[in-house]
Amino acid sequence: MKIVAICGAGVGSSGILKVNAERVLDRLGLEADVTATDLRSIAVQGANAQIILTSPEFVEAIGKTNADVIVINNYFDLEELEEKLDAALG
Amino acid sequence: MPHRLLRDDAVLLGMRVRDWQDAVRTAGLALSRADIATPAYSDEMIRMIEEHGPYVVIAPGLALAHARPGPAVKADGLAVVTLAEPVTFGHPYNDPVRVVLGLAVKTRDTHLGMIAELANVFNDKTAVDRLAAAQTVDEVHSIMEGVA
Repeated sequence: MKIVAICGAGVGSSGILKVNAERVLDRLGLEADVTATDLRSIAVQGANAQIILTSPEFVEAIGKTNADVIVINNYFDLEELEEKLDAALG
Repeated sequence: MPHRLLRDDAVLLGMRVRDWQDAVRTAGLALSRADIATPAYSDEMIRMIEEHGPYVVIAPGLALAHARPGPAVKADGLAVVTLAEPVTFGHPYNDPVRVVLGLAVKTRDTHLGMIAELANVFNDKTAVDRLAAAQTVDEVHSIMEGVA
């Protein structure tokens, strides 16, 4: 499974989403390849992704995609991440 | 958080700012004081928010100001700025902001170690409150090292 975390710069906030998503997936006993990238690379990186993790600001810019777009409000809330990832994967 | 990533010069406490731009510029000032980035990095961080919106407000009360790796970044590093009065960035959930982190990274590939350390600190929901209340640079260091 491929998960892509998107932010404006491809460093920093998307990195935090990647690190915390990996911790939650580990907790859920799931394996996935999680990549942090920027909005510009979404067409390439997101092409075969099952899930895109991002913040509310980027949903419109990400546009039409086959992936589930999961919006995270608090990047440091592992419960929020777990709940939303579990719902998308379950 | 190792001290090499958060130097004393890069901690500014109880700063008075007019608006979010001023708050981000103060984080940029802290980064340039600590020789982590050039003054131009402030404008790059502001431009990211102008371009993409206030997504850098990644948790309640906390902004992670940053821009792309580039010539304005001299070293991987972090700044911590606490605000005397909170400011709004226009985020739908996480305003107002009381603590601004400034993040500078040299390359995309090497920064995830630092990011994992940040997650270790801030996955504790009390970290933002404790930083906002910190009175000394030493207190900030102890919070950023995960030692309450």
